[in-house]
Amino acid sequence: MATKLPKVPVVVVGMGWAGGIISAELTKAGIPVVGIERGKERKTEDYLMGHDELRFQHRTELMQDLSKETITHRNTLNMRALPMRNYGTFIVGDGLGGAGSHWNGQTYRFLPYDFEIKTLTEQKYGPNKIAPEYTIQDWGITYDEMEPYYDTFEKMAGISGETVELYGKRANPYPTGPMLKTPVLEVFEKATTSLGYKPYMVPSANLSEAYTNPDGISRAACQYCAYCENFGCEYGAKADPVVTVIPVAKETGKLETRTHSNVLRLTKDGNRATGVIYVNTITGEEFEQPADVVVVASYVFNNARLLLNSGIGTPYNPETGKGTIGKNYAYQVSSGFTTAFFKDREFNLYAGAGALGIEIPEFTGDNFDHSDLNFIHGSGIRMFQYGARPIANNVVPSGTPSWGAEFKSESIRWANSFLKIASQGSSMPHKNNYLDLDPEFKDAYGMPLLRMTYDYTDQDRELVKYMAGVTSKIAEEMGADIIDTVSEQAPFNVNKDTNTHNTGGVIMGADPATSAVNSYLQMWEAENVFVVGASAFPHNSNFNPTGTLGALSYRAAEGIQTYLKQGGLLV
Amino acid sequence: MSEKEKNSPILDKRSSRRTFIKNSGLTVGGVVLGGALGSLLVNKDKTATPEAPAHTETGAAANPNVALMFFTPDEYRMTQTAVERIYPADDNGPGAKDLNAAIYIDHQLAGQYGLNSKDYRLGNFYAPEPTQGAQTKILNKDLFLLGLKELNNYSKQNFEANFVELEAADQDTALAAFSEGKAQFAGTSSSEFFNLLRKLTIEGVYADPLYGGNKDMQGWAMRKYPGSRMSYVKEIQSETFVKLDPQGLNSHMGH
Repeated sequence: MATKLPKVPVVVVGMGWAGGIISAELTKAGIPVVGIERGKERKTEDYLMGHDELRFQHRTELMQDLSKETITHRNTLNMRALPMRNYGTFIVGDGLGGAGSHWNGQTYRFLPYDFEIKTLTEQKYGPNKIAPEYTIQDWGITYDEMEPYYDTFEKMAGISGETVELYGKRANPYPTGPMLKTPVLEVFEKATTSLGYKPYMVPSANLSEAYTNPDGISRAACQYCAYCENFGCEYGAKADPVVTVIPVAKETGKLETRTHSNVLRLTKDGNRATGVIYVNTITGEEFEQPADVVVVASYVFNNARLLLNSGIGTPYNPETGKGTIGKNYAYQVSSGFTTAFFKDREFNLYAGAGALGIEIPEFTGDNFDHSDLNFIHGSGIRMFQYGARPIANNVVPSGTPSWGAEFKSESIRWANSFLKIASQGSSMPHKNNYLDLDPEFKDAYGMPLLRMTYDYTDQDRELVKYMAGVTSKIAEEMGADIIDTVSEQAPFNVNKDTNTHNTGGVIMGADPATSAVNSYLQMWEAENVFVVGASAFPHNSNFNPTGTLGALSYRAAEGIQTYLKQGGLLV
Repeated sequence: MSEKEKNSPILDKRSSRRTFIKNSGLTVGGVVLGGALGSLLVNKDKTATPEAPAHTETGAAANPNVALMFFTPDEYRMTQTAVERIYPADDNGPGAKDLNAAIYIDHQLAGQYGLNSKDYRLGNFYAPEPTQGAQTKILNKDLFLLGLKELNNYSKQNFEANFVELEAADQDTALAAFSEGKAQFAGTSSSEFFNLLRKLTIEGVYADPLYGGNKDMQGWAMRKYPGSRMSYVKEIQSETFVKLDPQGLNSHMGH
């Protein structure tokens, strides 16, 4: 029996970027917030031993403990879904800061095209450009409406970058200048410029210079130490909720965080949520926390799972296309890429940063003509200098064995002499790609796991093939000695490394029949529930999702404040 | 020393059985202990003539971390032989054996990784489609030991000797069969064992030396990796390659 606690105005489930931003904005406005987090407390001092590739990257120290909870996956509706028993394709965050502690920090805005994708695609290419199975829809908000929220997020995080002409208009320049354009990135810059493209430095949350944000939080500049993705930043240079929004919320005295507390479900009364039930993961004690407003701000997977396990909202049905919870789960495609090997050049590849990169804008979104192409949207063609850590990076020309004498000598030979020209492609929703509850597998607390039904589509395969060709041409222009291009998108594999840019499942829109939340991320079917995160994206763009997630979190925080004053649906 | 050992290009003097026992410290005052150790010497390899081991060299015990907490001495020796085939000594520098990758593996399998303590272990274990990841109930520590056993079985069936006694080329043939899932294996594919062996070997060569492998940071030195440093602001702007001596995490202690 759960111990019932005194009611609070707002309870937030998950203390990553979404939960951290909501907590900071509400507490600054004087509203008390209880933040519930399944993982542990974190601070920058914890990362003194942070440059440990084995512990943090390969033993996934900062990630969700899969022994407690995972997802199940199947490629098609007629397969039996099986649990992801260990990490492979995506790494889900855990603890204070969530995935905002271990991310790389690549912080883009989505394009004006993204927010009105259905309307704009039909306007330009007619109604039959994309088959009806691809359930693209407008987001119920425009880029111009999103712009101020992007601006707020970028100023809070201190994003370092430069304005790109082809992208949506900015009210202000980036708060800090771009990251260092290193000799490695200059190789890409030179080749793409001579091909007629306009490369730009990727917007970065790694801080190119010391910065004080509007909340008065000061952070030091990036040291290019090469330990970003999978790692916490011991300098606080990488924007992380733990060094930005969470301390601001705590400073108000109005945020109470409860760590090691895993929310099992929301409680409800009719079409309103009344609070949450959570378990202390160390002691096993259960608690009920009643609240006026419940903010579901965990990762994409648990946002959908909590609603489904609580019977809140109508589950999506792929047979009828009706229902919304679990709908339009999307991902990204990055299988089109080229590895370029240079016989006589050694680069300082051991150095780097998670968002130290350069990219061309010409193949993103609808910034190129798709009239004769079998896909819509596009890819960022890009090159990063992450820091080539040695367990993860043993890059050899194709045809080299994966072990033995030749593997060893080749992996050492090229260790500092390869560059990867990557493409990160958008992901269009498909009616058969969705999230629901697994009928068999449960988590450590007895709650059903989330089941993902997902595979890449024809649209994805066409896009990957096309983009691979672009990366190959760039490698040729670079004058690489060996050029290896991958251009086939294999079936989705839960253990193959791709990225952690999962989106959808609780999508936003203007119509309650086709979306779960409105443009304030308020649930149509439960007005005191706000579901915040990339779960709200009706499709996934070719850009990293955090910038858009952050912007939407600021908008949701505004909506929650309005709701607390006047109640009712905000749209 | 057997003829096979003499002819094997990879089993040089340092890896002979005698030196193994000597370095493993299984002697007391130069006298081989009886009981289990006696049978280890005599019974496991009938072609080898036991020789009176010399005194333990002072260097052998210099690093107290080089000791076993999981493997038996036989399993350890076999692991040393296998990792050396994955990542052999060459002109670049030492192989996985001399980098103490087998010590690394011993320590990993003794701890939470050996027990898959962060893996999802609940529910039924169904045979997966190729896209669904491994679905084996076998723990990492057991998978590794099963793998060593099956590697010996394969070696005996195909080459009429234990794995460690084979020519390097035959050892490679055996490992290749495992990597391709072609060797007999109970409960899962032989490739699962091979993948674990390969993964742990690479980790044992390149993980921070605090874990027991990457001896003297030589794994890092071979590929000019500087290990764990706090800042590369200067180096990252250099047009030419800047070679730095490797540093381990212990360099951050006391900060």
